Amino acid sequence: MPPLLFYLFALITLGFGLNVVIARNPVTSALSLAVSFVGLAALFLSLDAYFIGTLQVLVYAGAVMVLFLFIIMLMDIKAEVLGGRANLSAMVAGVLVAAILAVQIATVSGRLSQSEATLQTAPLQLSEAAKSWEARGKQNLPTISRDLKAGNLPDAKLMGETLFSKYAFHLQMVGLLLLVGTVGVVALSKRDKEASPS
Amino acid sequence: MITLNHYLIVSGILFSLGLAGVISRRNILIIFMCLEMMLSAANLALVAFSRFNVTQGLPDYTAQALVFFTITVAAAEVAVGLAIIVALFRTKQSVEVEAVTKLHG
Repeated sequence: MPPLLFYLFALITLGFGLNVVIARNPVTSALSLAVSFVGLAALFLSLDAYFIGTLQVLVYAGAVMVLFLFIIMLMDIKAEVLGGRANLSAMVAGVLVAAILAVQIATVSGRLSQSEATLQTAPLQLSEAAKSWEARGKQNLPTISRDLKAGNLPDAKLMGETLFSKYAFHLQMVGLLLLVGTVGVVALSKRDKEASPS
Repeated sequence: MITLNHYLIVSGILFSLGLAGVISRRNILIIFMCLEMMLSAANLALVAFSRFNVTQGLPDYTAQALVFFTITVAAAEVAVGLAIIVALFRTKQSVEVEAVTKLHG
């Protein structure tokens, strides 16, 4: 990815992320967050994580933001009145703590041993990966070796292979978590008929 | 050139923006959105580390599996969290954090 595109998408992600924090109207915040997530998905694509990038658009920018907008419109929340009782101490504390954290992260990440690695100095070696895939014997999936030999990165296939072999149990646990979440949401939003409206 | 450091700094700034929002905003919905932003910032750091830690010629897919689980858990968290916010709105008719003072001593 050319450096210009990286800066463009980083700017979109951070600029709209800032708008989420400073916007008065919750609908503006939610839509800004959706755009920010699309920018983040582009950054994922620039890191050769095509599956995660697609997932980011589908789950976050699609499903999660629709849920947020739906709730905002269901509750009919008005924008905060400008110049209302702004909590000045909380704002100062928020900006200060966040600035300190950002400086700290920037300092620490500059000192990592690999921090100067670029996509060129850490290239993907697909032919070498194809060889090690072929050497896996029984576990060798021919479709992945074929893609690797042709010089393509089979990102979704490798992701599926990792999830369904190495993390198969964890995947089922996450499925159970989603089930529990669904049941919990139904239980939370069910109106109790006998109970008085508290 | 774009180094790993660039991605980590973008991730750090995004996380800090989310933290600033969580601390300074009063609308619970916006606090919740900022939490989602912080989770995504962590995902960006994970994917960047995955790509730059090339193992056997491929990105480290363990990190990307972790990102997959993070996204799933975040989606479940949004569903449950929004249900709690709706229940709160029903009792208090407000989504400001100042409205929730029942545990205030």
